[in-house]
Amino acid sequence: MGIELKNITKKFGGYTAIDDISLNVASGELVALLGPSGCGKTTLLRIIAGLELPDGGKIILEDKDTTNLPPREKNVGFVFQHYALFRRMTVFENVAFGLKVLPRKARPSGTEIRDRVEHLLKMVQMEWALKRYPSQLSGGQRQRIALARALAVNPKVLLLDEPFSALDAKVRQELRRWVRKLHDDIHVTSIFVTHDQEEALELADRIVVINKGRIEQQGTPQEVYDHPANAFVYNFLGNVNVFHGRVHNGKVTLGSHRVDAPDEFKNTEEKASQAFVRPHEIGISRIRSSEADLEGTIQEVRLMGGQIGLNLECEGFEHPIEAEIPRDLYINLQLSRGDKVFVSLNRVKVFTGDYAI
Amino acid sequence: MLKQPTPETAPLVRKRVSDPLPVQILLIGLMLLFFIGFIFLPLGLVFAQAFQKGWSVYLESITESYALEAVKLTLTTVAIVVPLNAFFGVTAAWAITKFNFAGKAALKTLLDLPFAVSPVIAGLIFVLLVGSRTPFGSWLGEHGIKIIFSTPGIVIATLFVTFPFVVRELIPLMEAQGRDEEEAALTLGARGWQIVGKITLPNISWGLLYGMILCGARSIGEFGAVSVVSGHIRGQTNTVPLHVEILYSEYNFAASFAVASILVFLALLTVALKVSMEKKFQKNSSHH
Amino acid sequence: MGLFQTKRRNILPGFGLSMGYTVFYLSAIVIVPLSMIFFNTFPMGWDPFVHAVTAPRVLASYRLSFSTALFAALFDAVAGLLTAWVLVRYRFPGKQFLDALVDLPFALPTAVAGICFATLYSPMGWLGATLTKWNITIINSATGIVIALVFIGFPFVVRTIQPVLEEVEQEIEEAAHCLGATRWQTFRKILLPHLFPALLTGSTLAFARGIGEYGSVIFIAGNLPMKTEIAPLMIMSKLDQFDYAGASAVALVLLLISFSMLLALNAIQEWQQKEYR
Repeated sequence: MGIELKNITKKFGGYTAIDDISLNVASGELVALLGPSGCGKTTLLRIIAGLELPDGGKIILEDKDTTNLPPREKNVGFVFQHYALFRRMTVFENVAFGLKVLPRKARPSGTEIRDRVEHLLKMVQMEWALKRYPSQLSGGQRQRIALARALAVNPKVLLLDEPFSALDAKVRQELRRWVRKLHDDIHVTSIFVTHDQEEALELADRIVVINKGRIEQQGTPQEVYDHPANAFVYNFLGNVNVFHGRVHNGKVTLGSHRVDAPDEFKNTEEKASQAFVRPHEIGISRIRSSEADLEGTIQEVRLMGGQIGLNLECEGFEHPIEAEIPRDLYINLQLSRGDKVFVSLNRVKVFTGDYAI
Repeated sequence: MLKQPTPETAPLVRKRVSDPLPVQILLIGLMLLFFIGFIFLPLGLVFAQAFQKGWSVYLESITESYALEAVKLTLTTVAIVVPLNAFFGVTAAWAITKFNFAGKAALKTLLDLPFAVSPVIAGLIFVLLVGSRTPFGSWLGEHGIKIIFSTPGIVIATLFVTFPFVVRELIPLMEAQGRDEEEAALTLGARGWQIVGKITLPNISWGLLYGMILCGARSIGEFGAVSVVSGHIRGQTNTVPLHVEILYSEYNFAASFAVASILVFLALLTVALKVSMEKKFQKNSSHH
Repeated sequence: MGLFQTKRRNILPGFGLSMGYTVFYLSAIVIVPLSMIFFNTFPMGWDPFVHAVTAPRVLASYRLSFSTALFAALFDAVAGLLTAWVLVRYRFPGKQFLDALVDLPFALPTAVAGICFATLYSPMGWLGATLTKWNITIINSATGIVIALVFIGFPFVVRTIQPVLEEVEQEIEEAAHCLGATRWQTFRKILLPHLFPALLTGSTLAFARGIGEYGSVIFIAGNLPMKTEIAPLMIMSKLDQFDYAGASAVALVLLLISFSMLLALNAIQEWQQKEYR
């Protein structure tokens, strides 16, 4: 097992940042901690690195209890959100730092250090920057150096705190794919923290969704996206239409409409419920295809690259429903603002109980 | 109404709304008048008075043995005071900026305390603490240790007066730099002294130097506090500013201003260093 | 696990050591010596204390220190605002040189400033000669003290206002302009309120410094009892007579004034931060 967290708790004053979290990460796995800001994900990462101390619980790295070890002895690589490169050192000195501060006995020779640094810089495609200072590099380049620096000490685990948040959209995309590829090559057990669900879905082997210091759900991106465990997860993973209503005997109310509820609600008594439908799971057509279809008017059309976003005003619904349809369909149907269309809600997901979002 | 810039005249860089020229000239004139009265005339006067009896008197005044003794004492004081306060400054700034603890704001206020104390009181408190008429002072005296009216007294009084200079420069600087780099070094396996030596000190070197220069300038020039504890013994407990005072009160103006001119020169040097270092600061901060 | 395997509360090393040294050094150099003022005043008892600090000569010195520092601070507020304005807003040759010289009063030993002003305004001095013809005496008068204190306090005001003035957003002024405000209206209604906290901070610093100032004042003041004796000089002369208790009594009052200024300043700054955040 790469990383085992057992019942980690952390309080700051009266505020509970981490509330009894247990988590296992297999060797070589790439795990995303996903959650809104302030949910405790960064604190959890810092606890694993030893930069914060938990109030309770155990941290086991590669079968060794490291709960009370100082960060120096944990042998983890940590990539900071704003990179934290040493501003007075060149790129070479930055990457070599972890080797140069080793006790004399364990320290590699000068040439070995040089070879290792050059190898790492080649790996992150930054070998040309050996003598530069961090201030002379772009954000993406600094990120690569930070990664090389963290890997220089052969860490047992690699921890990345919001690794792409300080980069602009295009660089973020590129670096994301490149990091995935890098991970596939070197297979170091890695955890990264993000608030961006796309990033988590694209990059991670497994996603751990955290909210208010607790784990809401964990699983592969596919599992988490297709079978969200609760309303929070559903809502957090991408755009969604939310309908507050009631569920009763296999039927759920959406606005003033009643539609079939998913099977598990066949025999439930009446309960407050929330129904979710993702915008791209809403069907639009010119002709009524089933009884359950709603009638709606197109209020707004938004161009979103390959997709077209529609805001639909439907009778009996307080808020407009958001839909996303392929561009081709949009052109075929010759839709425009003010048109009346039929709206079908596919794959309605229903959660009962009040869930504050 | 504002003039609409036409395409040909539209400036590439927006110019600040500016005052009409006559107003500008008037205000600059007023400021120059102030500078002439309060800066240039006094500075000019120092050199005019210093050289009123010619070069030979000037050189003699600054090289006579009492003057040299005063310079020696002042330099000794600076050499002790600046490193001690600099070391304290780094230590205190480390404690205050790298950790969270209760009472931080109160501690910061206490560090500024010496700035709110009149120099004369700064001298007085050490007379009250270790003067020959106090219990502690007389006990020290019995053991042959003399503090007031001798060099140690001058050193402690100067330590007090220049106490906040370094730490005040470092705290905002280190607060702005945060703890990230130190934490990064920690995860890479560095030990405490390696972090301080390889990361923190290089990061604050300019601020530290800047604070030390301010501290040094004040150590050289301190008058009130030193005046209280010195006893004005020529050739023994006379610092340069005290020497200037004695010469002046003996109506030996030429000599007094000659020695003062050295202090003026040092003050101008301090100001020049300050300006050049501030430029360096800005250069560095614009990188990050 | 040993008995002392308590949890490390801080991750970065050296908290105990650095904090311990900070407290030790602060106590040794500042707190313990300063407390001597109290230890020397308390044994006096209330009546002798009141007697010492309300003696006519002492009262006169407080009044003089207070009023001259106040006048100097007010003058500095005007001169400092003017200088900061010119240095931030205008471009002219020699600007950087003048900007650098603003710090001279910080760097120049006070005794040197003292003998300069005393000589400048002496009856035979560059300025004193002319002023004597017009029957104006600066030396040995409160005016002389104010002049010395203006010099000492000047950089405090300029250096506090400058950064604030530099940060004033151009858009605010342009917006005021577009709304039809004249330059003067913009200055009075928009800029001055914005600069006011800094102006107050700077003048308070100059004032606090002026109350305790010694070196630059004693040469020009002449130190005539009841007329031009400043409070720090009273402490000095009591010390010369080995009246330690009397000296600390006078110092205690002066300290209390300075500390309340410092507290007031903190309050101003807090208010400033709340206001503009």
